[in-house]
Amino acid sequence: MTSTFPAPGPFAQARLAAGQQPSGETAISVKGLWKIFGPGEHKIIGTPLAELTRDELRLATGSNVAVRDVSFDVRPGEVFVVMGLSGSGKSTLIRCLTRLIEPTAGEVTFDGEEIGKASQARLRDLRRHRFSMVFQHFGLLPHRRVIDNVAFGLEVRGESKKARRDKAAQMLALVGLEGQEMRYPDQLSGGMQQRVGLARALAVDPDVMLFDEPFSALDPLIRRDMQNEVLRLHNEVGKTMIFITHDLAEALKLGDHVAIMRAGQIVQIGRPEEIVGAPADDYVADFVQDVPKSYVLTLGWIMREVRPGDPLDGPVYPSTTVIREAVRDVACSDSPIRIVDDGKLVGMVDRSMVLAAIAGTEPEA
Amino acid sequence: MTAAALAARPRAALRLSKTRSILLLSAVAVLLYVPANGHLTLPLDTQAPLFIALNSFRDWMIANRTAWFFVFFFTPVREGTAGLVDFVTGWLTTLGWVGIAAIAGALGLVFVTWRTGVAVAGALVLVGLLGVWDATMVTLGQMIVAVALSLVIGIPIGIWAGRSDRVQRAVTPLLDLMQIMPTYAYLVPLVLLFFIGNGTATIATMIYAIPPAIRLTALGIRGVPAETVEAASSLGSTGWQVLRKVQIPMARSTIGLAVNQTIMMALSMVVITAFVGAGGLGEVLLKALEIQDVGGSFDAGVAIVLLAMVLDRLTASASQTSDRRRPGADRVSVADRRQIRAAGLVIAIVGIGLGVTQSWAHVFPSDYSLSFADPVNALVSWLEANAVWLTSGLKDVASSWLLDPLQQVLTAAPFWLVVGYAAALALIVSGRRAATVAAIAGLAIAALGVWRPAMETLTQVLFGVLIAMVVGVAVGTWAARSSLVSQIVRPINDALQTMPAFVYLIPALALFGPTRFTAVVAAVIYAIPAVTRLVEDGVRGVSVTAIESATSSGSTAFQVIRKVQLPMARRSLLAGLNQGVVLVLAMVVVGGLVGGQALGYHVVQGLAQASDFGIGLSAALAIVLLGVVLDRITQGAGARREVKRIEDE
Ligand SMILES: Nc1ncnc2c1ncn2[C@@H]1O[C@H](COP(=O)(O)OP(=O)(O)OP(=O)(O)O)[C@@H](O)[C@H]1O
Ligand SMILES: [Mg+2]
Repeated sequence: MTSTFPAPGPFAQARLAAGQQPSGETAISVKGLWKIFGPGEHKIIGTPLAELTRDELRLATGSNVAVRDVSFDVRPGEVFVVMGLSGSGKSTLIRCLTRLIEPTAGEVTFDGEEIGKASQARLRDLRRHRFSMVFQHFGLLPHRRVIDNVAFGLEVRGESKKARRDKAAQMLALVGLEGQEMRYPDQLSGGMQQRVGLARALAVDPDVMLFDEPFSALDPLIRRDMQNEVLRLHNEVGKTMIFITHDLAEALKLGDHVAIMRAGQIVQIGRPEEIVGAPADDYVADFVQDVPKSYVLTLGWIMREVRPGDPLDGPVYPSTTVIREAVRDVACSDSPIRIVDDGKLVGMVDRSMVLAAIAGTEPEA
Repeated sequence: MTAAALAARPRAALRLSKTRSILLLSAVAVLLYVPANGHLTLPLDTQAPLFIALNSFRDWMIANRTAWFFVFFFTPVREGTAGLVDFVTGWLTTLGWVGIAAIAGALGLVFVTWRTGVAVAGALVLVGLLGVWDATMVTLGQMIVAVALSLVIGIPIGIWAGRSDRVQRAVTPLLDLMQIMPTYAYLVPLVLLFFIGNGTATIATMIYAIPPAIRLTALGIRGVPAETVEAASSLGSTGWQVLRKVQIPMARSTIGLAVNQTIMMALSMVVITAFVGAGGLGEVLLKALEIQDVGGSFDAGVAIVLLAMVLDRLTASASQTSDRRRPGADRVSVADRRQIRAAGLVIAIVGIGLGVTQSWAHVFPSDYSLSFADPVNALVSWLEANAVWLTSGLKDVASSWLLDPLQQVLTAAPFWLVVGYAAALALIVSGRRAATVAAIAGLAIAALGVWRPAMETLTQVLFGVLIAMVVGVAVGTWAARSSLVSQIVRPINDALQTMPAFVYLIPALALFGPTRFTAVVAAVIYAIPAVTRLVEDGVRGVSVTAIESATSSGSTAFQVIRKVQLPMARRSLLAGLNQGVVLVLAMVVVGGLVGGQALGYHVVQGLAQASDFGIGLSAALAIVLLGVVLDRITQGAGARREVKRIEDE
């Protein structure tokens, strides 16, 4: 691998190992999920055909593998981001979770319940109460007022008009759209429309929110606003979120964990700093090469062990601090930064290491 | 060896261009024509065993009206429909002319604007002045029933086809067939099953009017963005909830268009169904046409056009206002709207009250009349006396220079040569499947025993298509290049396209008398608007950059047209050709009524006389088959569109 990234330090490597063995609790667990579009949907898995690449298979059978043997776990309350280029199967994957698209094979478990085995009625129940989704082009109903769009999920599950309007008004306030209740979607800007989509998804008070590239139709400034909105909502309401994007910066900004997809497969799962600091292959490396490392990598990622004779009068930071935030102190102090977790000194960071991370080269330690 | 095989071989071996292949094919056909002409030309034998067998089949059907399939199906369907029509027509008559005009005016006022209200009421009064009020009510009653039933059947099927790919795939070929099938053709078999009467006429109308209802409804449902449907499903909607809360409301304006189109299609059947007992305006017009009373048919024709205008205005905008958030909609406040509605209600009630109770408001007073019959007839006589050198000159030139020689060649050619040529042409232009269909359909026409009249019809179609294409391409290109011309041509096209087909026969008859040429002229007028429109859209669609680069390299305007715009609009030109062929055929067979001879004439005879039933049925089938052959051959462009649609999915 011809990468110019800082190699993960020993500390980071230990954390990387920990990242691959998730702590026991999961909200959603996906195992061996496949989706094949086309005539041979059920005749491919388990045969040698399944080993072919996407293009080969399309030529051989006319079928299209959109999602190939995908497995991952999502922890309760986290933001799990799936990122990949156009056509990599992200939308298909997220729709398979609630069977908006029927998966070809594999298991999706939510709260211990296998969704693939749910009856249609049970599935509707799950969709009405436990999951909700936000769409790239909003999917609003143009013939309904904003408030009735937000109330749609409540209406579908049979709540009274008063109850659902009250709840919808609350949700509109939550996303900053007071006063827009009686307008129609096409009278709102794109960003406002997506806030309506967000409010609609929040209104049913779901456990899990699914986002399919919700901001890619918006322009950059509004997109940044909306990202902050999602982070704020996430902090306020603490839902588990699965978030699809093809924008790496967005993935790194929002994700507690990020999965990178390519041609239907997941090529790497990790925390943002792991993706940036230790890309699993050239494909991922290519993706992350323009990311300013100091914005993503933490001090813990680049620190070295404490050596006898290190000056102990430098600034103190926890290992989870993003490098960028320590730059000013590093510049002002002659002594290396001390990394202290839980009151214990765990490592040191020299000025040269910070500079190397900013420049994106190997430190000459 | 057939011409098809001859054409196929060099194509495979040498990879000739399409144009070269067609030239080569034609050369081969000429070489074969010289020795073979005059043999196996299949002249018409009116006593052919097939015709006699069909006649006795008809007699048997009539003798067996008590057979179970009549008793349990055809008879109740016909009687039910007829009963419904009588019921509605009865009510229309009860309401009186003032009542009807007031209701129409009120609908216009409430759903469109007061101007439309006044216009539609005025149009109805005009219909009364033309002296055809009662006939108009008969027609209107039939339209109401036919349209209502068509929508009751068509919209649910359309919704189903919109939601299920499988249903869509199943109904599409059927709808395609119904669309290319000249309406004339299914009257004869229909009469066999339902006999003559206004029930049958209504059923015939429905067969024609249901396809657009299905197609447009399905289109509307499919036009709802997938993501919106998914959003509703993702919140746990049932299929029914998705349909009711998302798909139908979002498809509303397209479904409104479906209603409008269904009405227009039904109206275009007014005259033709008079052959099977529709009565009403169609009968008035037809009777006048039969005795070449151009003036009389003109009055009925005007009444039909007025009725079409009334129904079109009322429904075209009803479908738009139902989309309540159009920009203009906000200008009328809720309070105003309530007042308008109240005013409409009052107008309707007062009108009905007068119409039911007052005799002057019930039966249209005959003292007032505004018939165009006399001036039109005077004009026709004047034309006959003074413009005969022009009209008959035109007619004679076209006949002796084009129609006659072409017909001579086609009728003298052995049938296998014509079928082979058609199949080979289909192979070159549209591929193997089209060729197979063309060959089978061609042989079937021969087997039906109506080969000769079919060749006569083909002559008229080829000639008509040639003229329609020349005019359509010229006008379409001009309109595409000049917005002034476009602004003039568009409304004329719109008006021509809303007019029922039969109306076109009237001026043609006035100018050219009852001849074959008249049928062709009517067909050309009928086809030109569609061709023009397709050509204009196609030429307009050529990228500006391509034109600019040609102009900047010094091309003349004519060079730009010939080397850039027309070649790049090729697909639209081919689509125009396809449309032109279908429309010309539909009209040419109608021309059988005004001296057009050929297949259309035999259909009319078959409907009129028991002894000609067999030929009539064969001729009707042959019309359908001829339509299939011509459609297949010219479908090259359409086929490519299909492929693209599949790719897009
Ligand atoms: N209904 C379908 N039928 C056939 N193939 C499909 C269907 N839906 C998606 N695909 C194919 O599956 C693959 C993955 O599509 P998907 O929409 O999941 O990609 P994506 O990662 O969401 O891309 P984008 O960023 O463009 O939204 C693509 O090759 C696509 O063509
Ligand atoms: Mg997608």
